[in-house]
Formats: sequence, C-alpha cells, structure tokens
Amino acid sequence: MSFEVHASLRARNFEMSLSLNDGETVAILGPNGAGKSTLLGVISGLLRPDSGAARIGDKELFRLDGGTRLWSPPHLRGTALLAQEALLFPHLNALDNVAFGPRSAGASRTAARETAEHWLAEVDALPLAKRRPAQLSGGQAQRVAVARALAADPELLLLDEPMAALDIHAAPLLRRVLKRVLKDRKAIIVTHDVLDAYMLADRVIVVERGRIAEEGPTRQVLERPRSHFAAGLAGLNLVTGTITEDGITTPDGRVFAGQHDSGWSPSPGQAGVAAFPPSSVSVFLGDVHGSPRNSFAVTITDLEPHGDQIRVRAGGGSSAPSLSADITPAASADLGLVPGMDVRFVVKSALVSVYPA
Amino acid sequence: MKSATGYQGIPRWIYAIAAVGGLLVVLPLAAMLAKVNWPQFFPLITSESSLAALGLSLRTSAASTVLCIVLGVPLALVLARGEFPGQRLLRSFVLLPLVLPPVVGGIALLYTFGRQGLLGKSLEVAGIQIAFSTTAVVLAQTFVALPFLVVSLEGALRSAGNRYEAVAATLGARPTTVLRRVTLPLVLPGLASGAVLSFARSLGEFGATLTFAGSLEGVTRTLPLEIYLQRETDADAAVALSLVLVAVAVAVVGLSYGRQRSTTPSEVHA
Repeated sequence: MSFEVHASLRARNFEMSLSLNDGETVAILGPNGAGKSTLLGVISGLLRPDSGAARIGDKELFRLDGGTRLWSPPHLRGTALLAQEALLFPHLNALDNVAFGPRSAGASRTAARETAEHWLAEVDALPLAKRRPAQLSGGQAQRVAVARALAADPELLLLDEPMAALDIHAAPLLRRVLKRVLKDRKAIIVTHDVLDAYMLADRVIVVERGRIAEEGPTRQVLERPRSHFAAGLAGLNLVTGTITEDGITTPDGRVFAGQHDSGWSPSPGQAGVAAFPPSSVSVFLGDVHGSPRNSFAVTITDLEPHGDQIRVRAGGGSSAPSLSADITPAASADLGLVPGMDVRFVVKSALVSVYPA
Repeated sequence: MKSATGYQGIPRWIYAIAAVGGLLVVLPLAAMLAKVNWPQFFPLITSESSLAALGLSLRTSAASTVLCIVLGVPLALVLARGEFPGQRLLRSFVLLPLVLPPVVGGIALLYTFGRQGLLGKSLEVAGIQIAFSTTAVVLAQTFVALPFLVVSLEGALRSAGNRYEAVAATLGARPTTVLRRVTLPLVLPGLASGAVLSFARSLGEFGATLTFAGSLEGVTRTLPLEIYLQRETDADAAVALSLVLVAVAVAVVGLSYGRQRSTTPSEVHA
C-alpha cells in the first residue's frame, strides 16, 4: 500500500506533492519555516490545506479538489505523529501511555497492556513501564513515545524532529531504536541532522520555502546536493551557474573549473551546479600568481571552529553565494584572519564536482 | 521577610497602602468575631431554623455546583477550544453575572421562569412551577456561580494548550475519548478549584435568591437569608451564623488555593 499526498496552503506559501512506496522511509530536510511541520500537519489531519488530496492505498485521507470536500479526522487516518517533545500524557504511567492507542481502537484492557508491553520491550523500555512521565529522562520519554506511536499500529508513521530535543548522549540510542523499528515501515521523518537521514531514510526530500527543492536517494542527495540547504547540511560549497566545457560560470562571471560528474555528457549553456568541500579551499592574502581560475576575491564574514579546524566563511559580493574554507588554527593565526578582511579563496579544481541542476 | 535575596523593586509606601487594604478586609471580620456570644454559640447555630437554613444551603449549593459542572465544562470547552461566530459575544454574556447585581439576576430569572415569565407560562401549563421553590434557589445560585467555574476552567484549558489532544487524536482516539482520557484529567486541578469557587459563591448567594425564590423557611430560606432575617430580631444568632459562613469560606479558599499551590510545581505527578 503506497501513500501519496499533494496539498497547497496559501497562507503558509506551501505547495508540495510526494509519495511513498510500501516500507519506505523518507527524510524531509530543510531550514526552519520551510514547511516541514506543515506537511506533517496536513498528512495527520491537524492542519487543513486549501486544496489537495492524500491517500494510503485505497483509503482516502482527504480530497479537497474541485467540488469534493472530503476530510477525514485525525483519529481515522492511521498516521501516528511523534513530535520533538515526547508529549507523554502526564497522568498516565509509561505502560498506560503506550496502551492508549490500542485502548482507543477498542482493545480490551488486557490485550492493550500486552501490546504495550511488546512495544516497550521493542524500544528497550520495559523496565520503565510503571514510571510516570515526570520520572523519565528525555531520551527515555522519547523511546516510550516511539513505542506509543507504534502500538497504535499506524499505516504511516510521522516523526517531527524526534531527536532534536535530546542531549547528545540520548540521541544515538534512540537513533538505533528507530533504525530497527522503521525498517520495512512507511515513515516520514523530519530532521535537521544529516546523520538521521543517512541512517534512517531510503530517500531524502529537501524542502525550501514551502516547495520541494530536490529529492532522491539519500546518498545521492547528500553527496551531490543541488539545493543550498542540502549543501549546507553536507558541509559542501555549492555554486550554481551555466555549464561550460570544463566547469561552470556563475551569473557574475566567475569561473569554477571542475570535474564533470561521470555518466553524464555536459552540454555547454545548460544550468549546472558545482560542489566542493570546504577542505578543498585554501585562503591567501593578496594576489595569487599562476592560474587565475578558481581564485576569487572574497570578504570574510565569520570564523568558527569546526572540529579541530577553523571554518572560514566568506561572501563574494551581493549576488555570489557564500563559500567556506577549512584551514588549521595555526594557518588562521599566521594569516591574521578576522571578519571583514579581504582575502582570496583558491579552490582545487580536481575536487570540484560539476553536474546538471 | 522570607528571602532577602532578589531585588523586589517595591517602594516602601506601597506596603503602607497595602496594609490599609488588608485591614479593610480583616478588621470587620475581627470586629464580628469580637461580637460573638461564645457561651450561646452552639445553641444558636443548632436552633431548628438555623439547622434548616444550613441544611438547605448545603444541599442547594451542592446541587448548583453539580449543575455548574454539567453546564460549565462544555461552555468552557467551546469558549477555549471552539471556533464559531459569536464566540466573543457568548463569553461576554456568560461572564455577565460576575458584574451584574444579583438582585437584577433574580428579576431576570423571575421573568424567565416565573408564572408570567418567558418559559414559566409553558411550564405552568405542564404543571411545573419553579419560582419560589427550592429549584428556584438552585437556579439562582447556578446563575451567579456558573461564571466562576467557566473562567477558572477556560484558563486551565488555555494554558494547557491542545498538543496532548492532537497526539491523542493521531493515536486513533475519538474526540469523546480524548475529552475523557486526556483533556479532563489534565485540567482536573482547574476544574476542582472552579467547582470549589462555584460552591462558595452558591453558598453566599443572597440577592437573586431572595428576588426569585423568596424566603420560605425550609424551602428557600438559605443561610444568608436566615442571617439577614435574624439580624432584625436576634443579633447574636446572626453573628453566630455569619461566623459559620466565614469558617466555610476560609475552608473553601484554603482548599482551592492550597490545591493550586501544591499542584502547580509538581503538576505532572497529579
């Protein structure tokens, strides 16, 4: 049973359309306010779009096209929602929280408890069964919330940044649990974290300003990102422009030489993207002699630690995208880099990948 | 001084005015306490008419509190969570009895349920007479006490938000199930303090009751009416009965504030 949705909501400048195959997990990546949570709200029935339709297999969730105004309420949709906060019902213990879905579906008290125990065990939380939500840590509560969502036997599981509110020690455990339970299950996971996308999703959809900016298999999107957001996530620099014989020319006339992606024959004049990691960028003061290609005058906007290196971000004028370079702290100190300084970025063309936009 | 750590920013003269305000409330109560005829206290409050009035007050107040819960919970829910035209208008009208003189409320009720009233005529035909009956007492008390429950519960509903309800719905719970298993348990402290306040307001109701229900011993003469009547003839009895009402009021306030204090920080354990 596949899932498909298309919907538009003018008040939020939202217009998206996507589908999921059976057993597929899709990660939705995007900046704040891009419409990720709106998408989950529309699918779960908590938010009503102006128009659109959604169905899981033969079951219609809503159809607001033309004359039909079909709108199924959230409790009939089979789309359990797991939010950033666990939102366990504070007056019920962990077991009764997990049993809530089965009980609502009409299961007997005993049957619901058995289901709840099964799912608590599934998320390694059975010893917490008798605890109140106030007695659980953030990570424990979120695992119980995962069990609660799964116990409702949803046809489609919606996860809205489930790891965002957890500390760095609790996140890996939950991620492992999710990897196990999301296998062969239809799920949409909204996340900020590339690692979540890599580990949990078969496919990635990047959304920007209420629209889908790009989508594709996880690895492909993150290694060959086309949207600025995905590039930022993957830590890559991304420059859009027109494809030339040996690289790309940006609208403001800069030339980025690079390697064309294999399995694709470039046709000059086509729109394209050049991507390169910050580690392929070197920083120089003053003019650089030699090949003028891949050398750009930029103004440093900020410096920040990135691992054991310094990430230097620079804007190249009003129209050019910002670029970043990774250099050692020693090099940064030698060059005396400070924000506002004019420097040159030099990019190794062997490390620039060019592919069609 | 409980803790002299944080900066309070309250000018000293404010304390002086606040003290006057506090005295305005406490001094009359102390003055009344001084007038109590202690040797005769128990005989006075256990006289036949006193006991009848006290019993009637407790019964009618309990009944009107139940009525307030039955009618007030749905009202608070649609006001806090619903969306419909005229919502703000409805809220204003529901809160009107808070600021309306009770005697005006009594007259309004009389022209609704009285013999010549809007509904009263039809009820009269059906053989039901409400005005000047114990039912009228309960109606008058509900009229003035309902806003207390609605305001208290609406506030609790608003501050609780509806995120838990949204989660419950996506887990497959019907709206009625969500109300019973999630919403009401979550706002139980607010509902309880609203009910306690309604009970207290019902217990003290005087003007609307006198206008709409009259003052018939054992039928409509509640404790406040009995006190007003006794004041003319037996001041000692009036003071003794007043003290009973003060004691009940103190217990009620203590109960509802004590609850709120103890439930706010550890609400999650409730």
